[in-house]
Amino acid sequence: MSKENKSKKLSRRDFIGRASTGAVGSIVLFPAISSGNDKREEKISKTNFKMLGTNSLTLKVNGKKISAKVNANTTLVELLRDHLNLTGTKVACNSGECGSCSVLLDGEVVYSCHMLALDAQGKSVTTVEGLMDGEKFHPVQEAFVEEDGLQCGFCTPGQVMAAVSLLNNNPTPTKGEVMNGMAGNICRCAAYPKIIDSVLSASKKMKV
Amino acid sequence: MAQKIIRSQYHLYDEKIDTMAEVPDSELKPLPKNKDLKVIGKSIPRIDGNEKVTGAAIYTFDKTFVNIAHGRTLRSPYPFATITKIDTSKAEKLKGVIKIIHTYNTNEISWYWGNSKLFDKTTRYEGEEVAFVVAETEAIAEKAVRLIKVEYKELDFVINPVDAAKEDAPKIHEGGNIPKRRGHSTYSRGDFEEGIKNADVVVEEKYITEVAVHNPTEPFCSVVKWDDEQLTIWDSTQGIFSVRDSIASSLKIPQSKVRVITEYMGGGFGAKLEAGKYSVMAALVSKEIKRPVKVVLDRREMNLAVGNRPNSYQTIKVGAKRDGTLMALGLTNYGSMGAYPAGAGAHWPLRSLYKCENVTTSEYSVFTNTGRARAFRAPGHVQGTFALESILDDVAEKLKINPLDFRIKNFAPIDQDSERPYTSKKLLEAYEVGAKAIGWENRKTSGSDKGFIKRGFGLASQIWWGGGYPPAYATVKMNRDGSVQVLCGTQDLGTGTYTIIAQVAAEVLEIPIEKIDVLIGDTQATPYAPSSGGSNTAPSITPAVYDGALQIKEKLMSGASALLEVSQEKLVYSKGEIFESDNKSNSLKASEIVRKMRERVLVATGSRNESTSGYRVNTFGVQFADVEVNTLTGKIKVNKIVAAHDIGRTLNRQTLENQFHGGVIMGLSYALHEERVVDEFTGKVVNANLLDYKIATMLDTPEIDVIIVSEADELVSAVGAKGIGEPAIIPTPGAIANAVYNAIGVRINSLPITPDKVLMALNKEV
Ligand code: FES
Ligand code: FES
Repeated sequence: MSKENKSKKLSRRDFIGRASTGAVGSIVLFPAISSGNDKREEKISKTNFKMLGTNSLTLKVNGKKISAKVNANTTLVELLRDHLNLTGTKVACNSGECGSCSVLLDGEVVYSCHMLALDAQGKSVTTVEGLMDGEKFHPVQEAFVEEDGLQCGFCTPGQVMAAVSLLNNNPTPTKGEVMNGMAGNICRCAAYPKIIDSVLSASKKMKV
Repeated sequence: MAQKIIRSQYHLYDEKIDTMAEVPDSELKPLPKNKDLKVIGKSIPRIDGNEKVTGAAIYTFDKTFVNIAHGRTLRSPYPFATITKIDTSKAEKLKGVIKIIHTYNTNEISWYWGNSKLFDKTTRYEGEEVAFVVAETEAIAEKAVRLIKVEYKELDFVINPVDAAKEDAPKIHEGGNIPKRRGHSTYSRGDFEEGIKNADVVVEEKYITEVAVHNPTEPFCSVVKWDDEQLTIWDSTQGIFSVRDSIASSLKIPQSKVRVITEYMGGGFGAKLEAGKYSVMAALVSKEIKRPVKVVLDRREMNLAVGNRPNSYQTIKVGAKRDGTLMALGLTNYGSMGAYPAGAGAHWPLRSLYKCENVTTSEYSVFTNTGRARAFRAPGHVQGTFALESILDDVAEKLKINPLDFRIKNFAPIDQDSERPYTSKKLLEAYEVGAKAIGWENRKTSGSDKGFIKRGFGLASQIWWGGGYPPAYATVKMNRDGSVQVLCGTQDLGTGTYTIIAQVAAEVLEIPIEKIDVLIGDTQATPYAPSSGGSNTAPSITPAVYDGALQIKEKLMSGASALLEVSQEKLVYSKGEIFESDNKSNSLKASEIVRKMRERVLVATGSRNESTSGYRVNTFGVQFADVEVNTLTGKIKVNKIVAAHDIGRTLNRQTLENQFHGGVIMGLSYALHEERVVDEFTGKVVNANLLDYKIATMLDTPEIDVIIVSEADELVSAVGAKGIGEPAIIPTPGAIANAVYNAIGVRINSLPITPDKVLMALNKEV
């Protein structure tokens, strides 16, 4: 995404562009890593062995069927970020301590750094890139922008996914329920008060 | 517009900077008050919000290339050791390993101002860099790191600054553990002993604060790529130009050949103000293997090796008259710099916050065998304010004066060092509205609550710099379609820099914010702006954007005057259109003017104007805390914090609130949870992760009231904004500590105030 688009009402098409790199549209993924026009770079990438694995895996990511070959120790977040180029999901601790890597697995929120890719066999994964409905933001995304539920934004994809899962399970949470439900997502910028506002506002949006 | 060169002097942390800067030659007309503005001061959603909530924002952490290689660092497992041998043979045989560098195969590169090297044969803390492996994948690099055999000779070590300052302590550097330069610093005014003698009440106390670690969520990381002689570094940094210059000097290449890019970054809090060794190591290997290299530190490395808030061992002595007049303030302090030079002092609040004629301070910044300190959100002020405000409450209690009245009594109307007035000091107003908002009148005698849950109120004040300074520049471009681009060499740490830049341009040019693009964080594309430290970003760059936008407006006016054949005085600029004042139909849109002037792009570079001389520039504020302490479990719950501050003009109410919330909660986290624990027998950090190093979660969130008592500070700049990042955190721990005391009636003199300390203070079994 170019910086030229950095204004409030930028074309949402740009997000689709970003959201669709990687998973969307590609059915079979072999050692992945996309786009490279430089011939020299191409050659190197073919001779190297970016996480080539031997274990076959099929799952759904953001609604698309994906087949991949992974190592037994490849984590779900590595599959998403390194193989499928879905870099919206972040990693801050890589050991199940902070929630930055939260994604939905069959609708429930999980820490994708703490889960093996192979354990997602046959399941359906939703990442932050898969939340939009065409050009329409998910109400949680909309609320996070309006209520300013973020600062640096690095924990934000995880917060957004945790909020989506929370609201799926409890569409009208109290403030206390939001605080309990989101306690597994650390925000070092401590945008917590406005994250709470965002989740409560999203709850209202989803009701109508 | 004409420019001139001036001498620019300002405070950056506790350092006095003296530099030259280019500023507008003529006085800039100050921006009108917020009530007369349409965009500035309002709650405008941040313009990069969409990218951040969709995952579209590309952070350094997300940057990759098809042929990228990955770096990992081997770090010393010992607090103090010398390396006698490094054997990489096994690691090199591992399939996928590309290159390993270390002290025996790499040219010497000086580090830490000559106190060490990129790879030093002596490692002075657990986590110091020993070797760097580049491999096809991060996992292979990590595996290779474990296969490197290093022989170390372990040395006696010392981790506590008070021990390290002793004569017989193991010497971490040849010159001893208290460096000649800034190791021991003193300050005094008046006659401290005389002040104590004339005091009716004297209190002396010791305070301890622990080392805290920044732990921003985005890892410290770099992606480096050479295109022939041109080096590009995507770096998660708070200072693109400072990283550029250090890397150029480390690699001995021209600054023009280094481009540093930080489009998005996931927090820094002071830790990311300097270039990392990892960037240089990656650049060295990348050049040799002719492939881009990415290096990402893991959470453990971040807790060991890239900065922290130093601890403090403070002894404070205060003397006061029966009527509450402060007679003397004295401080000695030991702070741990870690293994290399860093600021570890804490004396500024005591020296400058309250009126007192007799002050003396003596501080030791001491080397220890631990990771080096770095600036951490209001370095020194957070620990210093906690101790000062704690003891002042004790003194007030002895004098039977309400703690708030005691502060008001000792209000300092002018800066006591320079005897100059402040550009603005609305602290008394802040006290008044803050006290009202918290319900200060409900504060009871300390420890008087019945029942096992006891409630308490406390307060602490704040002083900080944060006025910004020249040099800072911004280029404003207007295109033929009337859209505008602003380029500025700053970076957005999550504070909303993108948004305030767009707001200023939108305000001046009266065009919708959607028509404004902001490009920051790229040394090759933007004019210079300072590193984002010291709460100086907004106050430094917004006046430059303002000046640039005004220049564009001036060009449009002058163009319109020629095109419409009307003298400029008769023209009115409104909403991106210019018309003749008594013939409104004789008008031109900005876009038309640009087109008719046969310009493709109108360009102007604005600069930050000079602050009015003869004043001291500071920010002030007070925070009030309302807490509950469960005396059975020792748990503390912060119900509410009121933050009332004088920080100049509000630029964006929503992002301002957000940053204040963040500062307050980070302060709460420091006051109640955070502590890096080093095992004194092994010298190893035992909680180098986010599970054992406790950070506030959403469950800790109190109600927070943010009250701004100030308008634009016109003496500071034409925009009149000051920084808020650091003011927000400074008083929180002190206010909470005082509220805890007020609740339980027993003073806890060390941070963090954990439940076990509360129970011990109450003489209960832990
Ligand atoms: S990155 Fe997965 S929980 Fe922290
Ligand atoms: S927004 Fe920065 S960590 Fe949450």
